[in-house]
Amino acid sequence: MKNLKEYVPPSFIVERDDYRCIRCKACVEQCSFGATFYDEDEDRVWNWNAKCVGCNRCAAICPTEAITIKRSAPTYRYNHNWNTHIDGLKKRAIFGGTPVVSMGNDKPYPIYWDHMLLNASQVTNPSIDPLREPMELKTFLGRKPAKIEVSDDGLKTRLAPQLELEVPIMFAAMSYGALSYNVIEALGRAAKYMGTYYNSGEGGLNKDHYKFKGNIIVQVASGRFGVHKDYLDVGSAIEIKIGQGAKPGIGGHLPGEKVSETISETRMMPKGSDALSPAPHHDVYSIEDLRQLIFALKEATEYKKPVAVKIAAVHNVAAIASGIARAGADIIVIDGFKGGTGASPQVIRDNIGLPLEIALAVVDERLRSEGIRQDVSIVASGGIRNSMDVVKAIALGADAVYIGTAALIAIGCTMCQQCHTGKCAWGISTQDPHLSKRVNPDIASKRLINLLEVWALEIKETMGAMGINSIESLRGNRLNLRGVGLNEKELEILGILPAGE
Amino acid sequence: MKVVKIKEDNCVYCHLCEVACIVEHSQSKDIIKAFKREERPIARCSVEFNYPVSLSVMCRHCDDAPCMEACQNGSMHRDERGYVVVNPDTCVGCWMCIMACPYGVIKRDTRREVWGLSTKCDLCPDREIPACVEACPNEALTFEEL
Repeated sequence: MKNLKEYVPPSFIVERDDYRCIRCKACVEQCSFGATFYDEDEDRVWNWNAKCVGCNRCAAICPTEAITIKRSAPTYRYNHNWNTHIDGLKKRAIFGGTPVVSMGNDKPYPIYWDHMLLNASQVTNPSIDPLREPMELKTFLGRKPAKIEVSDDGLKTRLAPQLELEVPIMFAAMSYGALSYNVIEALGRAAKYMGTYYNSGEGGLNKDHYKFKGNIIVQVASGRFGVHKDYLDVGSAIEIKIGQGAKPGIGGHLPGEKVSETISETRMMPKGSDALSPAPHHDVYSIEDLRQLIFALKEATEYKKPVAVKIAAVHNVAAIASGIARAGADIIVIDGFKGGTGASPQVIRDNIGLPLEIALAVVDERLRSEGIRQDVSIVASGGIRNSMDVVKAIALGADAVYIGTAALIAIGCTMCQQCHTGKCAWGISTQDPHLSKRVNPDIASKRLINLLEVWALEIKETMGAMGINSIESLRGNRLNLRGVGLNEKELEILGILPAGE
Repeated sequence: MKVVKIKEDNCVYCHLCEVACIVEHSQSKDIIKAFKREERPIARCSVEFNYPVSLSVMCRHCDDAPCMEACQNGSMHRDERGYVVVNPDTCVGCWMCIMACPYGVIKRDTRREVWGLSTKCDLCPDREIPACVEACPNEALTFEEL
């Protein structure tokens, strides 16, 4: 369909203090969306408000703090029913296609994390001072035996392969292609330093990043991009991606413009062609098929690596998780609908899936009631925003969490939701070599390490307050949670008591 | 001897090094006044761009500095810190140093009172870390031993 003329008012207004503007033109070069320009005749820097995406790069870089980005006030007559839909309707009418958007679901659905309170010890069960007492954050992911037999020679029971995490936080699957080379480099360095893992995503693994062996989880998605023996060998665990929280039931799509020389090599596909991951794995149409894939991957890696299966949180997630546990997976990753994405149809991102909190609670409950909880570890993913979300997720039954968006924000992302354009002004979700330079892996990895160290400290403090000295004792410990502002059914599904009870 | 190390892999082409240099060598050392009220000094570093490469170039303070060889009256000299600097009191503006510099980092000072004299990076004698290095948002410039 032919693009029609656009009559959509700007979402942002760039305000420039002309007295403070020294015409250094730093903002002009930094704006990758072309929203600022220098007029030589007038000797002034001007803005195209309509092109501004609100990434705040110009405001951050301006040496005189002359720039302020403001949200444009609604120009339409107020109508509660229609106001938020007018722009969407116009865009569909103009472009003749469903808008593709990035980052996580931004609709105001309830955030259950904020309706859960943690317990603290008082007189009868004393709290622990994390500065004086050792606090254990180490976690092992993988199948645990139902019972352990010990002989004089040591452990008699053969343990399944485990992932050893120094902190129960890992970096979620974000592919090379969606993210720039420097961001992957920073994630790898931070994971190595912190003794945790980063996930390669479905984009394969660049040969340069093989140096992070021991701290990589490799993903096998429906597109099978870059999957080969060396790739599987470098990973400490293998993750089969069935679904993603931001786009359940939808495949991946990396536009051809983003497929540069190195990405085409890494993904093993022609340069410049679109990388399309189909929605289903075309060899997985049942739990039995999934079992075959899990064991094919285990066979290929001599049963030395745990295999994880990542699913999006959807209505019958508990039954699906039970099936996955019985199919031989060692780890189940549940991705809630606040999870991020590089590109997803807006309708899918905003309306499909479940909140992570609900999915996590029902999966843990179901696996416990079926007596197979020890067969799998659960990793919670999708919209983990702070260390207390991590603690609450673990208390709800997760073994560890994945962070994606939080890690990107630590690097510099401002959530302008333009990843799909490939013009990321912060150099994160772009393959333009001039833009991707904006992430310096030295600085970015330090920021990520700082984030994880602070979160680890906060988790230790909180555990101390709760009188718990090991993250293992917190797992599934729902008695430490109380709900506020939730109805009876929600409390029942979450498996927690209301505040005061 | 510490010099400014240039990492073109990290340069984001923001020109903030030039801005910082101008402010540092201005009279008021205030960014707005330096740009709007005073006669603006020339930036002693300049950002070069050829997509996707960009980098800020300033004096390399060469061991065998050709500019010192070319200077006819010794105005271009090595100071007590070991850096190559120009003495504006004796410089006559013959620009032989500009012709000799292999990096093109010596410029003509365009301010009225010193019109035409040679000017170049002096590694900010009043500061511990040069202004350009401190201003670089992405650590593309670092001040270190080479």
